[in-house]
Amino acid sequence: MTRMKCISTAGLAGLAVAVTLAPALAQDAASAVPADSAYVFNSFSFLVTGFLVMWMAAGFTMLEAGMVRSKNVAMQCTKNIALYSIAGLMFWVVGYNLMYDGVDGGYLGSFTPKVIPDPESDPGDYAAASDWFFQMVFCATAASIVSGTLAERIKLWPFLIFTAILCGVIYPIQGAWQWGGGWLSEAGFSDFAGSTIVHSTGGWAALTGAIILGSRAGKYGLGGSIHPMPGSSMPLATLGTFILWLGWFGFNGGSQLALGSVVDASSISRIFVNTNIAAAAGVVAALLLTQIVYGKVDLTMALNGALAGLVSITAEPLAPTPMWAIVIGAIGGVIVVFAVPLLDRLRIDDVVGAIPVHLLAGIWGTFAVPLTNDGTSFGTQILGIVSIGVFVSVVSGIVWLLMKATIGIRVSAEEEADGLDRSELGMEAYPEFGQGTQRV
Amino acid sequence: MKHIMAVIKPFKLDDVREALVALGVQGLTVTEVKGYGRQKGHTEIYRGTEYAVNFLPKLRIDVVVTDEMADEVITTITTVARTGQIGDGKIFSSTVEKAIRIRTGESGAEAL
Repeated sequence: MTRMKCISTAGLAGLAVAVTLAPALAQDAASAVPADSAYVFNSFSFLVTGFLVMWMAAGFTMLEAGMVRSKNVAMQCTKNIALYSIAGLMFWVVGYNLMYDGVDGGYLGSFTPKVIPDPESDPGDYAAASDWFFQMVFCATAASIVSGTLAERIKLWPFLIFTAILCGVIYPIQGAWQWGGGWLSEAGFSDFAGSTIVHSTGGWAALTGAIILGSRAGKYGLGGSIHPMPGSSMPLATLGTFILWLGWFGFNGGSQLALGSVVDASSISRIFVNTNIAAAAGVVAALLLTQIVYGKVDLTMALNGALAGLVSITAEPLAPTPMWAIVIGAIGGVIVVFAVPLLDRLRIDDVVGAIPVHLLAGIWGTFAVPLTNDGTSFGTQILGIVSIGVFVSVVSGIVWLLMKATIGIRVSAEEEADGLDRSELGMEAYPEFGQGTQRV
Repeated sequence: MKHIMAVIKPFKLDDVREALVALGVQGLTVTEVKGYGRQKGHTEIYRGTEYAVNFLPKLRIDVVVTDEMADEVITTITTVARTGQIGDGKIFSSTVEKAIRIRTGESGAEAL
């Protein structure tokens, strides 16, 4: 017998009455909820889970700020607040409708701005604006993934131009194929909260950017030598990871897309459990593995492990049992511990580990869906992974190359040595500490 | 007057300072430095890549004392700053030509 909690809000009275009349675990409980209450709760779910995902922008900012060197911290903060804002604008100007308006099994929606309805005439199962808000923060998440990988040597404005194109065109088009009701969803591809649609998409854009932009000066030397550039603040990186973990409850929980029934509430609860346990498994896997392989635990790998666990479960956070969620999350953690040094050996410079965490764990999470979801198949999962991967990589690559050939995407060697804070922003993150000009 | 410069392990600072105050030394200057002697650095590991750290954090103490006090100061620092492990540091002494107290203009031993 499940315990039902009573929450004291006016509109809940109807729901509470309906629920006590219905059996606790029955599937037909959904039909017992009054439509108005369902609308309110569905909208409420989008809004609350939506602002939890918005908070992930702060998480990414702190994680990246902690993982870059002091001379690049202010630039990283600037990139993150800018990209969140650009996402918010582009997703209204064209992104949402391109992703959702009239896709009908095809490849594209419409190139129009989203109309936010008058509250007096906003029919349906939820407030239209609540859905726009919820989808917008997902778009912003994809954009923030790119920022971490390309840190410490990219020019600000070309990065923001790429962000605008990613948010206005690339992300919405591949999103239309699945969540917009396009051809991929008709083929049976399944990505509950976006292991591929959000995380791998950001990851592919980051990977192509990293290859075209090149590695940081001094990172890779002759004869395959690698020179670590430790991040400036482990507390910030850890705080950022915890903030992302919190926000992920909104990311996965809100993707139930409804809170209007007992089944919805139970589903979201199950999603929270699986989300948390997958992250935990990713951390523990990374802790154990770094201890075994390197003789010492690496905090940054543990942080990446948490996020990899979260990304891995994102494709299917509802169907698994907790045991399966542990396995899926733990494998995400394992992927990260091996992929980070592997990228270094390939001389692909990913400052924060976003490619292992978002691209590789995203592919794993998407691939793993049929392990716990009978309505899917490995074949269609691979179809989705590959088609979106090719699309995002090719279009991103074209954008990066065009900008590289025209306005340039990388700062000069001297600017990179000085730090982007000084050269791109004309300021310092820590003027009174370290090499700061206000220290003496 | 003698200028005594000692490079010591950072955690020994309080012990050294207290011992010098007990001797009657009226002031000293401390700087954060990095160094190595026969104690080589060590290796650290960051995200799967090992790197060598060649210099270790040390503290440099500069104190100027009268000729009479110099030997006692050197012996005291040696005793108090010693741990017996490599990396304990070194002490150097040189002659000081002039000393001035900025506030009063006193010079020589009165300035110390």
